[in-house]
Amino acid sequence: MYEIRLHSRGGQGGVTAAKLIAYAAFLDGKYATATPLYGAERRGAPVVSFIRIDDEPVRVYSQIRNPDLVIVLDESIMELVDVLKGIHPDGEVLINSQKGTTVEGHRTYPVDLTGISLSLDLVLAGNPILNTPLIGAIAKLGIISQESAKQVIAETFRDERNVDAALRAYEELKI
Amino acid sequence: MLTFGTGNKAVATAVRDAKPVVVAAYPITPQTEIVEEIANFVNDGSLDARYIPVESEHSSMAACIGAAATGVRTFTATSSHGLVYMCEMLHMSAGARLPIVMANANRSIGPGWNIGAEHTDSLSMRDTGWLQVYVSSVQEAYDATLMAFRIAEHTDVLLPVMINLDGFVLTHITQTFETVEPGDFIPPVATPHAIDIENPGGYGTLTPGDTHFTFRRDIERGMQASIPVIVETEAEFARRFGREYHLYDEYRTDDADVIIIAMGTLGKEMEVAVDILREEGVRAGAVRMRWFRPFITPDLDGKDVVVIDRDYSFGFGGIVANELQAKCGCEPFSVIAGLGGQEVTYDDIAEFVRIRKPGTEYWFGVND
Repeated sequence: MYEIRLHSRGGQGGVTAAKLIAYAAFLDGKYATATPLYGAERRGAPVVSFIRIDDEPVRVYSQIRNPDLVIVLDESIMELVDVLKGIHPDGEVLINSQKGTTVEGHRTYPVDLTGISLSLDLVLAGNPILNTPLIGAIAKLGIISQESAKQVIAETFRDERNVDAALRAYEELKI
Repeated sequence: MLTFGTGNKAVATAVRDAKPVVVAAYPITPQTEIVEEIANFVNDGSLDARYIPVESEHSSMAACIGAAATGVRTFTATSSHGLVYMCEMLHMSAGARLPIVMANANRSIGPGWNIGAEHTDSLSMRDTGWLQVYVSSVQEAYDATLMAFRIAEHTDVLLPVMINLDGFVLTHITQTFETVEPGDFIPPVATPHAIDIENPGGYGTLTPGDTHFTFRRDIERGMQASIPVIVETEAEFARRFGREYHLYDEYRTDDADVIIIAMGTLGKEMEVAVDILREEGVRAGAVRMRWFRPFITPDLDGKDVVVIDRDYSFGFGGIVANELQAKCGCEPFSVIAGLGGQEVTYDDIAEFVRIRKPGTEYWFGVND
């Protein structure tokens, strides 16, 4: 079972991003679950979502404690939350960063999702859309297929710039 | 068709496929998505139903009662405070032998204010005459909702059915589920006492004690008759659609010395705990209870029993543990865990088994 923990701020689309990644895995023929962790939601507060991907139906409902991948959609959260808590020894980290932030001890993939969205003017209610470039980045890591990533974006977003954003992130992420 | 969605979406989709004629709706977290999705189905024409937005849960059940009394299929959904608010109407619907189907998103009742998963809401409706089933996956939420209509409306039963799914844990998780074409798996409703303007009769008249007594006994007969109807419905569902369900789910119980019992999603997570314990050499097994009413007990003779209650009856104890003890004569280790959405992992469940003391009660995570 491959486990992903996604850290974001309320309003950034982290919950939706988790659903879209799980949906892409489903399209790849996997069993996937996306679980939002609900608390006192409010715009800007740190929030967490979980994604599990497996070849068998997922029986676990509790929170992910030892993630294989940690996604950080807003790197300022790292000052408030220990995003690496419990990370698998071989676990990796994907950080949305405009300054190439990395972490000690774990393979880190910094990618400027915000910059990609802003350059395409992909902005909703004043916030850059991070979901669609993130899906491109996840496809680059091989967690979901390119075809499923494209289908998820096509089904969910009408604006074609979302596909462009995903492709840009796919190209920019260095593996 | 294979699809992907939340537990709420699965329930709403099953309702669409079961084609009720009347849906009464009042929103409450965490079930709101169910009535929202049904509203979408009515709006886009994929469900031809009268959708009645009402001013309270008491009214939503009252509207279902009025509609069901005319002999049509009805559905509503609620949770927590909404469920206890409609309590009077729950007794009314079962007493009037109306086969209403309702989904309940199991949620704690405040104060302290809390919207997390807990079973005390539905278990406190124990004596209303409703059948209660507890599900543990998005697929099961879909399948159990379809089956609920067939079971409730069976003329041997004619009692309402409540499908219970853990608030947030299951209502808001996204998983794969497969929809089916029910066809005549759910036959047309044939309520024998439906209001018929050609043959007017009295409803809700004063019922003297001896007659009332007979009606009460008939509810119990319907409840007992529901057991073979559930078995037959689950067998027919498996035959037609290929997914098997049983009165309760057993996992690695054959040679087990100790059995863990729970309802809902913890009843699925505990399978992983069983695997961990087996690797340690502990012969553990699990029984996930699906039906709380009628109360269907597994054979626990000679086994150590650990019951996880996501509920509590003040002044008595864990509700499932005590009902099992009364029916089976076992002395369970009664674990109270997961109330108010408290996080409980498979590792925690394995630990419950390791520290078990039969006949005692243990509150998980409480240090005093």
